[in-house]
Amino acid sequence: MAELDTSGGGKHKGGKIRSKKASTRIDLTAMVDLAFLLITFFIMTTTLAKPKAMDMFMPDKSKKDVQLPVPETRTMTVLLGTNNKMEWYIGAPGKSAPTVDNFGKDGIRKTLIEQNKKIEETHQGPDNYMIVLVKPSDKSTYKDFVNMLDEINIAGIKSYGVVDITPVEIDLLKKDGLY
Amino acid sequence: MARIKVPRKSTAMDMTAMCDVAFLLLTFFILTAKLRTEDPLHVDVPASTVTQVVPDDNLSTLTVGQGKVFFGIEGTDIRKALLEEMGKQYKISFTPEEEQRFSVIPTFGVPMNQLKQFIGLDEEQRKTFPSPGIPVDSTANNELSTWIYQARIVTRNLKNQELRFAIKGNAKDEYPAYKKVVDVLQRQNINKFSLITSLKGK
Repeated sequence: MAELDTSGGGKHKGGKIRSKKASTRIDLTAMVDLAFLLITFFIMTTTLAKPKAMDMFMPDKSKKDVQLPVPETRTMTVLLGTNNKMEWYIGAPGKSAPTVDNFGKDGIRKTLIEQNKKIEETHQGPDNYMIVLVKPSDKSTYKDFVNMLDEINIAGIKSYGVVDITPVEIDLLKKDGLY
Repeated sequence: MARIKVPRKSTAMDMTAMCDVAFLLLTFFILTAKLRTEDPLHVDVPASTVTQVVPDDNLSTLTVGQGKVFFGIEGTDIRKALLEEMGKQYKISFTPEEEQRFSVIPTFGVPMNQLKQFIGLDEEQRKTFPSPGIPVDSTANNELSTWIYQARIVTRNLKNQELRFAIKGNAKDEYPAYKKVVDVLQRQNINKFSLITSLKGK
């Protein structure tokens, strides 16, 4: 405890009293433990995959008069039904029989790209792009709706809109057992 | 025969490098991560190929699922001001303590007449609280519309920005549930909003 060096300096003759050098190494194990504990905590409590946002633009309902007339031959109407199925037709309803299609690479995406190309070829520029009207029925799911918009994005359709379905079109869906 | 002596090595390892790595990772996680907010309603978000991420602030999220609508808004100061405005609108007075408590609730789905009771609950009780959702149906008492309207005013006053809206819909729900919320937004001339999706491959 309280001791004084009273040896008279036998060894340290005339020299300095040297303090013992302590090792500079610190045991970091505990610190590493703590750090990994915190890492684990942060991994568990946070969301790494941030949700994605798909932008939606709806037509302005208050401005009814600014709607441009569009040739029927350029519009493609997609009716969303049940069981992940939909129907599509070109032009006015009832004139041509709708085609039943499903989602995915060989389904509506192929159709969209094919029809878009066809319209581009048969119409004069610069307004030779296809206009897609998406009409979800009351029986279609939100997932199908998002899928449809996604397919439109993938196919690179310039112009599309979400429109309310008409009774005539519901009848079309009913005929094919999709309502 | 002479025995071969295995030299004993010290068991103490140099942890410095490991410590460095651990803290580097830790710093990364703290800086990049956003705390997971507990959703009061489990929503199965549909997947899309969109890669744009949801903005962090100045956003109101409308969660739609199981026939209920939940309202959420970012920012504690906005929530506080919003509750005050909603209190004025529906003639309910909230104490400063209640406003404080409300400012940490990210998402909720209770009608105005149950809101006071909901605020009074603690966090654990809130999770099990049977939230009926915010009334949307009757046009005379469309509380969601009022919430959205007041939220926009509050955001404009505090941040001088237009509030953005995002809809988080349940994938299996039928389209009319979503349509109902869009109609509310469109009636206030909000024609641009986001749909929250998860990421999927092409």
